[in-house]
Amino acid sequence: MNKYMIYLNSKRCIGCHGCEVHCKSVKGLPVGPFLCEIDHKAVPSVKGFPKTEFTFRSCYHCDNPLCVPICPTDAMIKRADGIVYIDQEKCIGCMACATACPWAIPEMNPDTNKAVKCDYCMDRVDAGLKPACVTKCTTHALKFVTMQEV
Amino acid sequence: MTKSVFSMCGMCTVRCPIRVESEDNKVTWIEGNQHLLGGALCAKGSAGPALVADKERPQQPLIRVGDRGAGRWKKVSWDTALDYVTDKLKKIKEEHGPESVVLSSRGGPWQNMYKTFIHAFGSPNYTNHDCTCGRNTHHASLSLNGVGRKGFIYDIKNAKHLILFGRNMFSSLRIAENLQTLDMLDNGGKLTYVDVRQTMTGLKADRFFQVRPGTDYALILAMIHEIIKRDVYDHDFVKQYVSGFEELSTFVEQYTPAWAAKECGIKEKAIHAFIDDIIPVMPKVIFHPGWNLSRYKDSFYASRGLHILNVLMGNIEQKGGLIIPKGPGDCGVKGIRSLDCAKPDIKRADGVGWKYKHFDKGPGLAHLFFEAMEKEEPYPVKAWITMRHDPFSGMPDPQRQKASFDHCDLLVAIDTHYGEFSWYADVILPESTYLERESTICVQKGLKPRLAVRKKAIEAEADTKPAWWIFKEFAKRLGIDEYFPYDTIEELWNWQLEPTGFSIEDFDEKGFISLTDDPIMYDPKNLEGKFATPSGKIEMISKKLTDAGLPSLKEYESPLKPEKGMFRLVYGRSAVHSHGHTTNNPLLNELMPKNSLWINTRVANKLGIANGDLVDVAAEDNSYTGTMNAHVVDYIHPEAVYMVHGFGKHIPLQSRSYHAGVSDQKLMVGKLDDWDQAGGAINLCESFVHVRRSVQNLKRRVEL
Repeated sequence: MNKYMIYLNSKRCIGCHGCEVHCKSVKGLPVGPFLCEIDHKAVPSVKGFPKTEFTFRSCYHCDNPLCVPICPTDAMIKRADGIVYIDQEKCIGCMACATACPWAIPEMNPDTNKAVKCDYCMDRVDAGLKPACVTKCTTHALKFVTMQEV
Repeated sequence: MTKSVFSMCGMCTVRCPIRVESEDNKVTWIEGNQHLLGGALCAKGSAGPALVADKERPQQPLIRVGDRGAGRWKKVSWDTALDYVTDKLKKIKEEHGPESVVLSSRGGPWQNMYKTFIHAFGSPNYTNHDCTCGRNTHHASLSLNGVGRKGFIYDIKNAKHLILFGRNMFSSLRIAENLQTLDMLDNGGKLTYVDVRQTMTGLKADRFFQVRPGTDYALILAMIHEIIKRDVYDHDFVKQYVSGFEELSTFVEQYTPAWAAKECGIKEKAIHAFIDDIIPVMPKVIFHPGWNLSRYKDSFYASRGLHILNVLMGNIEQKGGLIIPKGPGDCGVKGIRSLDCAKPDIKRADGVGWKYKHFDKGPGLAHLFFEAMEKEEPYPVKAWITMRHDPFSGMPDPQRQKASFDHCDLLVAIDTHYGEFSWYADVILPESTYLERESTICVQKGLKPRLAVRKKAIEAEADTKPAWWIFKEFAKRLGIDEYFPYDTIEELWNWQLEPTGFSIEDFDEKGFISLTDDPIMYDPKNLEGKFATPSGKIEMISKKLTDAGLPSLKEYESPLKPEKGMFRLVYGRSAVHSHGHTTNNPLLNELMPKNSLWINTRVANKLGIANGDLVDVAAEDNSYTGTMNAHVVDYIHPEAVYMVHGFGKHIPLQSRSYHAGVSDQKLMVGKLDDWDQAGGAINLCESFVHVRRSVQNLKRRVEL
């Protein structure tokens, strides 16, 4: 069972793409990969005026991730709390994970020639902090949610 | 070891409070100050380290060796560059007098350093970028309220209805203001948005008026008309604080909602429904008086109208209304010291203060120097120093500007990055990035005034310097360094703080010094003396305007319709760029490498333009053409085309933004002289352009 998820309050989102750069900046990523994305989708007009829905996508950290068993070097790991991450030491950049993933979420980091994907900023989470995209969201639209059994 | 400092962002001129962590002189984390913004930061803010790492910004001082604009530079030391500039300044002073030197900067809290320098040098000619920004709004507020545009802050969070005329706040991003607005909406407040196109801000609005370009003033007049006609304005407030209300009532009689609806191309019943909405929540209604309202020929009067609407709401010094900002004096504390030198008693070259007596003398008007340069009237202008100001990007028609600047013997550009002007200048002095430099302490007035400061997070990577050091070095070489009483930034900070009793360490806890624990409000029933007009009242009829031969209540004139095949050019900004400052930033360029031309679907269909097609956009006289992709949308007025400002730069050393997109100001040929005689700002949306499907759209391709 995944312990965490990221929730977007679309009413507060202004589609500013801040989260994408907060992420790239904390991960030190070059031009190319994006580990999260904001999507703007025009919806049928409301009362005659245009409206847009915003959606946030990072990694879904699946309960049964297809990217984990496919990894030839066991670099793709699912933690007990559900976070799926890539051990950069072990990754050989074969990108089998991206092929296995239904959404092709892992991307190649051109600087290191290894796969990268969202790990909910697990170093920050382990230190009691929130992922970069949530911490710095321009309008506090993103929330880091800890799931509780009820 | 991780180092953490509170500072101020510098990716745009909002200057959001930030906290920066670094290790081994590399920035590892930037976030919005938790105490003020709860961590929030925008994409630009997070792209700061990419600016520091970018080698495509000047790495050391440069002196031009080829022709102006040819891009041939000699790398020199700071000593050589500073000696070169100051020797030239001395020579110009000797031959033409000190007043022949102009210094322009961005507005904001650090102007006094640059102003001190140019005044101490002997010139009255300090100016800033505001003629392409908030000057109309500023002068509108001055003429009516006796205080400038910063004479009010907007308590949006506690408002019940916010009305924005073209103020696209969710793309301009002042984070604190954005958070307030979203909190207001979460609490059931409403947002009304008026623009010629749908924007991010309009998407969040409860009501959107898509008006014909240039008709904002008509809608504003009808709103005034209706509020007076329905007799719902704040009678007590008007009686106590307003003069000339009768004239206003008579003046707006003709401007009915039915008339405005026709003029603006909107529904009359929507105007009535809007008035119905605001009546029950008055005075918690804010009509934002505009920010970059240097747009149409009547923008000054539109802003006056917006201020008048606030007055009719009686919202001044009310929770959820317009609040008079409080300073150290209101908190019973002494203010900080600031660098200062009295302005020399010489006529300004731009005519402000003697030829144009109704304008604020502070920064004058930058665009009025060009005529002075060309005609050498009232005297020659021989040198221009820009401090983080790019006239070629900010003002229309850089070709005309270049011809004027050629009358100068010295052009100096101080900035962190290459600008279109610096590329044409004689000397480039690279300022350190905001993460590598300190700034002087400033007062941030408000409900809870505070002191703020920028501290450097890391040491400079390239051979760049902070402004406080550059101006001190100028002053030393010119023998005016008594106006700069410091050698180090710590000395300058201590000198500034001395009267207050605070020390620089007091900023360490939260990144600012709060001067009060509780918000300070004046008694709204006792605001006498707060309106610095000649009569002390909020004046519907301004004597200053009358004396200048200008009406205070101006009859509405319908805007020109574009000729067939032409469109009114409207510009704006996006959430991921600060105009031309950031178009070459690797991370921001990745998000938005080029601008596109927004055009109405119906019109595009007629012209055979499909979404994504290349289109040629040409200036009215066809002397400049740019090619860009069309962005075909339903919700833009058919008379207008729109593009994001800051693109179309031609600086080869900025490989990412070189020739990327099209520059709106280069399309504004002949428009440097099209300015608002009453408000002072340039009319940046009074240009028309030709648009046609480009022949560059490939039909077939052969390789030989």
